[in-house]
Amino acid sequence: MTTAYNFAYLDEQTKRMIRRAILKAIAIPGYQVPFASREMPMPYGWGTGGVQVTAAILGPNDVLKVIDQGADDTTNAVSIRAFFARTADIAVTTKTSEATIIQTRHRIPEEPLTANQVLVYQVPIPEPLRFLEPRETETRTMHALSEYGLMHVKLYEDIARHGHIATAYAYPVEVAGRYVMDPSPIPKFDNPKISGSAALQLFGAGREKRIYAVPPHTAVVSLDFEDHPFERNKFDHPCALCNATDSYLDEVVTDDRGGRMYVCSDTDYCEDRRAHGHRGAQLAEAPAGSALGQKPNIEAAE
Amino acid sequence: MYVAVKGGERAIANAHRMLADKRRGDRAVDEIGVDQIREQLALAVDRVMSEGSLYDRDLAALAIKQARGDLIEAIFLVRAYRTTLPRFGFSEPLETADMLISRRISATYKDLPGGQILGPTFDYTHRLLDFALAAESETMPPATSPVDPAETMTRVTDIIAGEDLIENNPQPADGQPVGDLTRDPLAFPADRDLRLQNLARGDEGFLLALGYSTQRGYGRNHPFVGEIRVGEVEVEMLIPDLGFAAPLGVIAVTECQMVNQFKGSKTEPPRFTRGYGLGFGHCERKAMSMALVDRALRAQEFGEERKGPAQDEEFVLSHSDNVQATGFVEHLKLPHYVDFQAETSMLRLMRAANARQAGLPPAEAAE
Repeated sequence: MTTAYNFAYLDEQTKRMIRRAILKAIAIPGYQVPFASREMPMPYGWGTGGVQVTAAILGPNDVLKVIDQGADDTTNAVSIRAFFARTADIAVTTKTSEATIIQTRHRIPEEPLTANQVLVYQVPIPEPLRFLEPRETETRTMHALSEYGLMHVKLYEDIARHGHIATAYAYPVEVAGRYVMDPSPIPKFDNPKISGSAALQLFGAGREKRIYAVPPHTAVVSLDFEDHPFERNKFDHPCALCNATDSYLDEVVTDDRGGRMYVCSDTDYCEDRRAHGHRGAQLAEAPAGSALGQKPNIEAAE
Repeated sequence: MYVAVKGGERAIANAHRMLADKRRGDRAVDEIGVDQIREQLALAVDRVMSEGSLYDRDLAALAIKQARGDLIEAIFLVRAYRTTLPRFGFSEPLETADMLISRRISATYKDLPGGQILGPTFDYTHRLLDFALAAESETMPPATSPVDPAETMTRVTDIIAGEDLIENNPQPADGQPVGDLTRDPLAFPADRDLRLQNLARGDEGFLLALGYSTQRGYGRNHPFVGEIRVGEVEVEMLIPDLGFAAPLGVIAVTECQMVNQFKGSKTEPPRFTRGYGLGFGHCERKAMSMALVDRALRAQEFGEERKGPAQDEEFVLSHSDNVQATGFVEHLKLPHYVDFQAETSMLRLMRAANARQAGLPPAEAAE
């Protein structure tokens, strides 16, 4: 960018402040570290926390991937990727395996991450206890005392009322046997991927001014009960485009008569499978050039 | 067949182009100038400067133009610019007693040294549309003031304090830094400096409603407008190398000092208490609301029962910022289909379980 902005927008003092918060977060896995979140040129709630974390760790040789709902071509992902391409002039990619930093909203990529990757989550409400107790003064004390009874009561009440735990996303986890943490609004399908990941996972909440982290190879357990163990959600259908049976699927309404198709939410994963010859039942029907069938900067699979 | 639900770079670029087109409007009408906004929509400029926390009339006017008159959007633009500026330090406290006054009123005294100066106010206008303004108007110059504009006036609260009838303002301790919530995350309980900073940046409408609620019994604090003063004050900054405070320039501010319900104790004689409001430019509604809410937030300090939202520090300070609020409310426009999918799947499972219990055949899953 040919203006007076620093590399990756934030000034170096601010980056140092954020890096100190990140280091503390890594040292105390799952603990929410307050940081002096800056006003960013995109709105609060649209990824300002993730953007600040990414800006603080980004170097000129990094390769950045940005996803929203698992996809590289959702508008907000496009906007954030363009922001860094413009303010930091770094390489961007849609390929999970090529990226050194992946900023995400609401998903974890299907492909296992590696030791030289960092996953940056955008977090709207970092406090897992917030909807049980609105006061920050109270929740900080509860964390300090490991007083998580309220959360277990909530989960128990779910079971009493519905027969199972009725939380489908932002499903709370316990990190390294200590802090209960909000994994951000990822579907609980993704929860098992947090645990033991080789990649560093950083969580940024801009409006709420909190950063937290799951260091590589850290045990992360989804909260449950012995007689009601955590269950990952399953799909009855394979992906209609790449036939994957192990991925999280978006439900796409195809007409106004109840027609549906199910496709991978992780567009790169789906692309890659199709490139390797996997074909879903409705692949031929996907019109060329549609956002579902292919991404703008990648050759169509067929 | 099905609609492509995902947007792309071209869609964003086209949307922005259309926004620029709508901003310009009918090309047969002259384009509005930033100088016109600065001069003729001055109160909008003042609000954007106050809540944007940046005293720059030209930038605020530009932001209003760019935001098509959406003031919260304009405040957002100013904030996002301000955040990139280096911060050199703190000014000395403003000496509002030395203000060059354009308006000064007190509701607690009929007359007082310096007098009541109405200045440019909507008060006492009849709110009748002035159709003559629809055409270009010849505006008369203002009547010359009977007061010397260079005359400074004693603050009303200082007059009351002269009789020891109002609590003393705490004196700033030398060398003690002032809190800045744009540089340190807000923690609760927050000191009054941070609370006042938060309120000064806070949304006028939010503070207005909260201040109003205290008048209707949700944390009543018996306010009197001790004084509202509008005018220009000098900003000074202590330069360590020079060893004295150097003037940086002059800014226009509105200050409101509320005189509230008295308090005393076994050791202290009863005195009125204070609520304080200050904003850039001419912003009486904001300054008054701020003063009401500032006093309400001091409930704990005075041992008052906290029973109204305006007295609840966490509630007020966490929700006053309109840039934060609008961002988070509007983020609901972003796609949430991954989470919605998770909820839908769970709902279907629960409904299927219900149907099994009721002995009904399972509903066909829509394909």
